[in-house]
Amino acid sequence: MLHLSTRTQVDVALDARDLVKTYPAGRGKDPVRALDGLSIQVAAGSVFGLLGPNGAGKSTAVKVLTTLSRPDSGRASVAGIDVTLAPDRVRRAIGLVSQRPSSDPMATGRENVVLAARIQGLSRRDAHRRTAELFDRFGLTEAADRLVRTYSGGMARKLDVAIGLIHRPQVLFLDEPTTGLDPEARADLWAEIARLAADEQTTVLLTTHYLDEADHLAHRLAIVDRGRVVAEGTPDELKSELRGDTVHLEFDNSETAAAALRLLERLPGLGGIVPDGLAVHARADLGARAVPTLLAALDNAGIAAASVTVARPSLDDVYLRHAGRRFEGNHQS
Amino acid sequence: MTAAVLPGRFVRHSGYLTVRSVRALIRQPWYVAVTLVQPIVWLLLFGQLFKSVVHIPGFAASGSYLEFITPGVIMMTSLFSAGWAGTVYIEDMNRGVMDRLLASPVSRGAMMVATLAYQSIVTVIQSLAVFAIAYACGARFGGGVSGVVVTLVAASLLTVVFAALSNAVALLVRQQDALIGISQFLSLPLPFLSSALIAAVLSPPWVRHVANYNPVDWAVVVSRQALSGAPDVGVVAPRLAALAGLAVVMGWVATRAFGAYQRSV
Repeated sequence: MLHLSTRTQVDVALDARDLVKTYPAGRGKDPVRALDGLSIQVAAGSVFGLLGPNGAGKSTAVKVLTTLSRPDSGRASVAGIDVTLAPDRVRRAIGLVSQRPSSDPMATGRENVVLAARIQGLSRRDAHRRTAELFDRFGLTEAADRLVRTYSGGMARKLDVAIGLIHRPQVLFLDEPTTGLDPEARADLWAEIARLAADEQTTVLLTTHYLDEADHLAHRLAIVDRGRVVAEGTPDELKSELRGDTVHLEFDNSETAAAALRLLERLPGLGGIVPDGLAVHARADLGARAVPTLLAALDNAGIAAASVTVARPSLDDVYLRHAGRRFEGNHQS
Repeated sequence: MTAAVLPGRFVRHSGYLTVRSVRALIRQPWYVAVTLVQPIVWLLLFGQLFKSVVHIPGFAASGSYLEFITPGVIMMTSLFSAGWAGTVYIEDMNRGVMDRLLASPVSRGAMMVATLAYQSIVTVIQSLAVFAIAYACGARFGGGVSGVVVTLVAASLLTVVFAALSNAVALLVRQQDALIGISQFLSLPLPFLSSALIAAVLSPPWVRHVANYNPVDWAVVVSRQALSGAPDVGVVAPRLAALAGLAVVMGWVATRAFGAYQRSV
């Protein structure tokens, strides 16, 4: 596990220590431990990703950090304010974009955002000015006075982000922001999120079960599994932890696959050899250089490979290594 | 934040959230029309069917049965509408609006007061519609405008009591079906344990006794007195005070239910 370098207190926008949260599971069942000692520290002005499959505890962590839910034990502070001791001050410092659309469909986009602004204490004039500014930025100006129920999924999501940003929060929580969006709307929102930390000096905590999203957006990542952080670092650090490239070989039948496995295990320069049905996965320091040697060795032994591919390690591989199973979240929406 | 800021914030937030609900109501005016079907059935069909009960010896009320049940129908309509109040919260929960609001610095008391104020506005509209229908069918009330105003006040207080209860149940059970079941179970018997449909003297003694503790009966009695043109202040004042007191208590209890909701999310 990689650790953050030591930072001074002011630079830490979000600090969670040993958070534990259990939910009753019903009669006669053990309580569900949604958070099991989760700890994260997030540097001010950065985008931090919490990556994990559904049920890993990401959303529970967001609920605790946004004061919706109280932890059973552990401590957390957001923008230097303790979430259990001063929840009302935390609520002024944060914006929340939850998993599902959270605007009122029977109100217009503008009414939704202005209401959020007024609740955050903006004057009527400031509320309208900031709303117009955000609508302009998110390309919602034309739809501003339409009822939200007429919005597309992508527009509704942008409206949620605008609501979250209305009071220029120090920390913005994005809980699976692109779930259910079509690829175009998703790319669009990605571009907006990437601009956030830079333009608004907002710290962003992003939860996602999309590996590519975490890889693309987050400066630092924590992989969450069963309520705790199992790995943390920059996406590149996590990937380079696996060292080298991944080599995937596929064979036509199980006998050649088994023979190849025995052969590969004796070859120098290859590591992390894992059989997977008719395929074999291995790691090499420099995949491109290892392949010719590997193919020559297979050829000498009279084993024909159906395909050989070399890939940079993905976060999927990182997840496989730390959580001990493949990352199913990548294949579901 | 100082203590002096808090009441101001509470009032402002209540205002913003009430406006939100009223706007939604203006965009769905047929919603109020639908809620008027039931009182129209009560007034016209029930009123016709039981027209002759006023001739039973001992039925103290002067005037027609339609005039007699108008206050009863107004309070029943308020009661049943208020029972649905919590569905607004359930919709907000399902739409994610509730969690977003709870993670914002909105006052919980304001979230409660706004829904109660909104329900009272709905009640006033419904009650005026019931008065209009009754008037069109020939009912006349000696109490005039002040009688109508007192009736609206009593109906609003009754609405607050049961809307707060409905909101509290919504926050505790968080499911539409369960909320409707519980609120119908609680509110359906209450009009029959009151003088809403029949003069108290004609109901069994135990019903008369129970009615003394029934907020629906308090509201019906207040309204009927006020509409009679010669109200007995000794009868009206304590019942109005009891309704107001109960409204405040229920509003406070229901606001506490936000805590229970947050413990469950």
